[in-house]
Amino acid sequence: MALPKALQEQDFKSTTTGMLSERLIVSCLALCALTTVLITVGIIYMLISQSVGFFSSDQITLREFVTGTEWTALQSKQLQQSKFGILPLLSGTLRVTTVAMLIALPLGLITAIYLSEFASPWIRSWLKPTLEIIAGVPTVVFGYFAILVISPSLQWFSGGGFATFNATSAGIAVGILCLPMVCSLSEDAMRAVPNSLREGAYGLGCTPYETAVKVVVPAAFSGIVSAFLLAFSRAIGETMIVALAAGTLPTFSADPTRQAQTMTGFIVEMIKSENEYGTVQHFSLYAVAVTLFAITFLMTLLGQMIRRRFQESYE
Amino acid sequence: MPLSSTTDTTPTDPQSQRGRTLIRIQNFNAWYGDFQALQDLTLDIPRHQVTAFIGPSGCGKSTLLKWINRMNDLTPGARAKGGISLLSDRPDEQTVDVDILDPNVDVVKLRRKIGIVFQKPNPFPKSIFDNVAFGPRLHLKTTKSELDELVEWALQKAAVWDEVKDRLQGPALGLSGGQQQRLCIARAIAMGPEVLLMDEPCSALDPASTLAIEDLMFELRSQYTIVVVTHNMQQASRCSDRTAFFFEGRLIESGETRKMFTNPDKNQTDDYVRGKFG
Repeated sequence: MALPKALQEQDFKSTTTGMLSERLIVSCLALCALTTVLITVGIIYMLISQSVGFFSSDQITLREFVTGTEWTALQSKQLQQSKFGILPLLSGTLRVTTVAMLIALPLGLITAIYLSEFASPWIRSWLKPTLEIIAGVPTVVFGYFAILVISPSLQWFSGGGFATFNATSAGIAVGILCLPMVCSLSEDAMRAVPNSLREGAYGLGCTPYETAVKVVVPAAFSGIVSAFLLAFSRAIGETMIVALAAGTLPTFSADPTRQAQTMTGFIVEMIKSENEYGTVQHFSLYAVAVTLFAITFLMTLLGQMIRRRFQESYE
Repeated sequence: MPLSSTTDTTPTDPQSQRGRTLIRIQNFNAWYGDFQALQDLTLDIPRHQVTAFIGPSGCGKSTLLKWINRMNDLTPGARAKGGISLLSDRPDEQTVDVDILDPNVDVVKLRRKIGIVFQKPNPFPKSIFDNVAFGPRLHLKTTKSELDELVEWALQKAAVWDEVKDRLQGPALGLSGGQQQRLCIARAIAMGPEVLLMDEPCSALDPASTLAIEDLMFELRSQYTIVVVTHNMQQASRCSDRTAFFFEGRLIESGETRKMFTNPDKNQTDDYVRGKFG
């Protein structure tokens, strides 16, 4: 039988144009990838150049900024009377974040274990969308939820031990916000654990619970830690909930029942305030923002280190 | 109580037991959903021998293996009818020790008696020591030194001790494929089983590692009863005492390995072992 006509004619398309368009496409892809780098560099440049306006002032020393226990950038009109010590804002952020993590990490991890190892497909099919609904709720709604529901409940349970605006209410709301993230990332990590390990565990006489806790969770450890660190960064950076529910008084304390202004909360307050652009008070918000950025950056680095240290290679 | 402990308490000489039936499979049928994987199968598996299951892909040999320690419980839609029982060591070869298919059987205890080694080595992402100590830590009350002794014993039994003794705390996933598989055998042995099920234990290994595992199976049969599923005809002829040939969900023939490979009763078996199909 003769070759088909198309093969007899040997009329091939030109390869040079193919090569050219190939190069063009790769360049376009690289350019798009570069955008994220440019944006990051731009943000870092903006933060640093603006915070220079703060740190170059005669009134400010870096030492006072790092170790000072009073922050009165908004409270006093005169620059001479203002105190710029970051610790009150840092302690506010830490109080809220700690409460948030106490809610999000255990609850998120336990839910993830249940979803990944135990839940029937039917239960998964409605539990996962429910979690995704939480993830989709605007944070401003959580802020009001904290003020209108969580705070009164805490006051009722404790017999008035909590202030109306307090770190715990805001922290619980932030924790609920972070819950779907912890849960879904941890669950992804656990579902990525090969089934051969589960079979191995069952083959050694593990119960399903023992399999989950002694084999699957340790095998997914690096992914779970990444989930925790991402949630931590998310909680530190959360703004709307704390601006609404945590209060506006920067205090250097560890008491979660009182008001706490967080770093993000302060930035919002400062932008809303009458302090004009160019004043040292205004520039202080960039100094706070740099601190915030540094913390989340360190978290990301830590996350990568842990991932590299604990990541197991399966074929 | 479906599990009695007669075999645990009566010390027996393995050699006197050799050849007596340990696992009795009677009129066994298995399904995955509507698909019948095994039909009306009857087979005795003798103690302290290596029994090989051979046959082409999809013939049901792995299915049977996985029913012997109820691993198929984990497979959705897997069902079985008939009997698989673990016999006691009384000479009558009749007394049932464990009715394996009994829905009330304690599968955790069952799997302690009947260990399994899988096709692909599946060490846990833990240290070599922790892999072998995993089962004992789960089921036994041991002191630190007893555990050390047990781990060394199991690794020696599995012929991998010399290669790993200097890096017991190193990651198990850092071992070669053959070493990983022997580690998995050590992990199963450390539970003190009577039976070792092996599901194509060499199919992911190179020829040298395969040989090491085959030698090991031959060694281990003095203490354990071994059932091995294999695609590799030479492997079955090299390292098994008895061979069972499966085809399309039926047991075609079973018997002494030498006879099965030289002078089987059925033509179908002859064709298969000579490589005419499959």
